[in-house]
Amino acid sequence: MTQTATRDDDVAAGPRASAERQGDVRLSLQGVDAFYGQIQALRGVSLEVRQGEIVTLLGSNGAGKSTTLKTISGLVRARQGDVCLEGESIARLPAHQIARRGVVHVPEGRRVLRGLTVKENLELGAFTLKDNALRRQRLEEVYALFPILHERRHQDGSLLSGGQQQMLAMGRALMHGPNVMLLDEPSMGLAPKLVTEIMRIIKRLNEAGTTILLVEQNARLALRLAHYAYVIENGEIRMQGDAAAMREDASVVKAYLGLGD
Amino acid sequence: MTWYDSLLQQLADGLVLGSFYALVALGYTMVFGVIKLLNFAHGDLYMTGAFAGFGGLSLVSGVLGAGWLGIFVAMLLAMLAVGCLGVVIERIAYHPMLAAPRLSILITALAVSLVLQNAALSLTGGQYTAFRTDLGFGGLSLGNLFISYNQIVLVATAAVLMIALELFVSKTLYGRAMRAVAIDKDMCRMLGINVSAVIAITFFIGSGLAAAAGTMAGAYYGSIWYFMGFLIGLKAFTAAVIGGIGSITGAMLGGLILGLLESFGTHIPFIGSEWKDVFTFAILILVLVFKPTGLLGKSEVERM
Repeated sequence: MTQTATRDDDVAAGPRASAERQGDVRLSLQGVDAFYGQIQALRGVSLEVRQGEIVTLLGSNGAGKSTTLKTISGLVRARQGDVCLEGESIARLPAHQIARRGVVHVPEGRRVLRGLTVKENLELGAFTLKDNALRRQRLEEVYALFPILHERRHQDGSLLSGGQQQMLAMGRALMHGPNVMLLDEPSMGLAPKLVTEIMRIIKRLNEAGTTILLVEQNARLALRLAHYAYVIENGEIRMQGDAAAMREDASVVKAYLGLGD
Repeated sequence: MTWYDSLLQQLADGLVLGSFYALVALGYTMVFGVIKLLNFAHGDLYMTGAFAGFGGLSLVSGVLGAGWLGIFVAMLLAMLAVGCLGVVIERIAYHPMLAAPRLSILITALAVSLVLQNAALSLTGGQYTAFRTDLGFGGLSLGNLFISYNQIVLVATAAVLMIALELFVSKTLYGRAMRAVAIDKDMCRMLGINVSAVIAITFFIGSGLAAAAGTMAGAYYGSIWYFMGFLIGLKAFTAAVIGGIGSITGAMLGGLILGLLESFGTHIPFIGSEWKDVFTFAILILVLVFKPTGLLGKSEVERM
């Protein structure tokens, strides 16, 4: 594990090479600054997500986790630095084109499209897909993964329970055929049993080949799932390292995340 | 004429009027849905559509005649032309204002309305233009009741357009995208939907429907002028509010209800036809007071 210095002159320090990390870099942020109006939300954020990894971004409320994801998916613009997908800059692309390159953002709060049925929500996930047969096939795959969505396919998506809405949001992202999936707080507001279920599904998706960047407030849970972790605080990456190693170092986790049990 | 015949006669007239209101109200409600703008220039697109239909008819009447076939083709041409005009207006006038405070874009819409009206005024000199057609005066006589073929064709055309729209919105991927954009633009972007393109399509369809109504109104009433869009714009807005602004089915319903109410309302004893606009806007006020979300509207409609 490496500890990134926190002095102001060293905030742009990039991710340290890690011997354990394998696979090609899918997604990388290099020294990204982002603002909401005058307020700086990200300060020189650098991180990497490699092929086949689950990378988790940890931090407390307002630390910049969601902003980092929004900067990747193009909803927030990087004022400084660069965002690259497979080595190609996507920082200046409009959000819908970033999505079309396979970066799919499952946002905080699920954002199920109300007034549209479960099936319509899922089909919009495959909006960019021109191949009808492939769309039907993906729909079957998503139904196989989440049988409850099949059962409820004709209901208004916003009438589902929180856990089912999370499944719908993830299913919608899968319809897209993601290259990299950005998951923002998938466990938020869910009963413990459902959290376990969602985590199991994330693991399964990853094993099936989806690269995942996971934002979680529940650090304990995220570290169990992830291969690699970054800790963000006040818009800066403060710590990074192998998830297993970070999990062991309870004192560090406690200090940075304020997590008891 | 018995009261019963009179009632049926009002029903027929009300349906014609309601068809115009509904077609124009659809554009109001669709545009409100996707960019939360009350497009006060929308009535003027109806007026522009009437002139475009007039122009279209003079182009095609040599070959197709000025009967329903010619008018139908002229209507399609007008829909295409005014649809494109709507897209251009959105690009030039509204798109740059989307991030601005809502009042700014509302004022922009008023400005667009003035531009269209004054362009038509200077081109026509403020005179009525005769919209000459070869439509006959035939119809069905059922006792004392008379329904002209023109009324039947007009209502049927409006119905076909509305059914086509309903199918587009509920069955096609772009139609669903339109509903989705109305709900959550950023989520749509995250799904790879080109929100600007969806907004453009919405303007195209909304403006095209107004043009269809304008052409049919010109052919039906026989004359057009630069100010014809003003009152129907306000009434279509009323219809959209009655139905629940943002709701497509609501706009259709609101248009028909308003047309019927106006038609019946003018025959209530002591309320002559000179009171019909008062009647219409009294209904608007009542709806705003007692059911501001309209018949089919969603509760979180923002006030403008």
